[in-house]
Amino acid sequence: MNRAEECQNARAEWVDHVRRIRDAQDQAAFAELFQHFAPRIKAFLIKSGSDAALAEECAQEVMATLWHKAHLFDPTRATVATWVFTIARNKRIDVLRKQRRPEPEDLGWGPEAEPEQENVIALQQETAQLRDALTALPEAQRQLIEKAYFGDLSHREIASQTGLPLGTIKSRIRLALDRLRHAMN
Amino acid sequence: MSNKIKHHLTDDLLMAYAAGALPEAFDLMVATHLSLCDHCRARAESFDAVGGYVLEQQDETVAMNDKALAETMALIANGAPIAKPKRPSCSVLPTPLQDYVGGDVNDIRWRPIGMGVKQAILPTTGEATARLLFIPAGTAVPDHSHNGIELTMVLQGAFSDEVDHFARGDVEIADEDLHHTPTADITEDCICLAVTDAPLKFKKLMPRLFQPFLRI
Repeated sequence: MNRAEECQNARAEWVDHVRRIRDAQDQAAFAELFQHFAPRIKAFLIKSGSDAALAEECAQEVMATLWHKAHLFDPTRATVATWVFTIARNKRIDVLRKQRRPEPEDLGWGPEAEPEQENVIALQQETAQLRDALTALPEAQRQLIEKAYFGDLSHREIASQTGLPLGTIKSRIRLALDRLRHAMN
Repeated sequence: MSNKIKHHLTDDLLMAYAAGALPEAFDLMVATHLSLCDHCRARAESFDAVGGYVLEQQDETVAMNDKALAETMALIANGAPIAKPKRPSCSVLPTPLQDYVGGDVNDIRWRPIGMGVKQAILPTTGEATARLLFIPAGTAVPDHSHNGIELTMVLQGAFSDEVDHFARGDVEIADEDLHHTPTADITEDCICLAVTDAPLKFKKLMPRLFQPFLRI
């Protein structure tokens, strides 16, 4: 198995971990997710300007939120890493910037339906391709993107950072939204 | 879900929203538009995926404290699952705006600002401001330009200006270069969400005199 396939499998596994938390309050699955993501969340928050103690506290809260929102995670629209990022980002806005974070209307109110595995895999694959494309960017540009997501660029500075290769993942997410709308109507 | 939206948010606004770099008033605009526009929601969520990449691919991680997992399990035990969202009622205001108004369109506390036009400033922190505008059917808002960026999104009715015609969900993005006179369609009173990172400038003397009092 090459490295890309290993990564792919690891990502798909995280989806299963979240499912096990949702369905069986599986603490072993949570411990593995924690071991992988909590040190990344802590590092992310420190790079975003938090001190270590606050970053520790917030990373724990982000992981607790993951547990409490496990039933709301939609693996056809986001990988677990993307989903964890959004929870950590909102925590940063709340705690470090002391600002409310308006979120769009939640679409999870429709009938429960287990997502089709092929759609989950398709999203994983698009995300892996996006990762490869971002990794292949010139170093300077990639660093600017990282700065933007660590909260180091103002929204005006971000204006010159767009033009990222997002076309295919966007189409995939759009299909997932269409399926969701269809199921709700 | 309407597919008729013609005027969308820009990539830089969506990326800044995903990165968490916008002032609260602009976050409110983006969240409100995404509630009505799956095209932009898919774009915004693909910018979230870039954030997932940044989180995942960090060169260095920072170890958690020894008891971190046990402490987090205690947090979980003391908390409760987050409720599934309710089906939103069909209303003029999408959910994120309802949270700021404390209700729907009938709960907005309008203040008249002349010629039948009314506004309600929403409570956001930071340098940018958000307000709802009520423009009676057929009425024109005085010719004005902008110091910074102003985004206006239609929630009810429609308006036209020198640029185009804007209906529910459409966002007009105005900057320093745009002088415009938005006029509400004759068929229905127009309600918009407007956010700006600087005060508006009116060309005629009267509105400019009132500007400091009106906070527009």
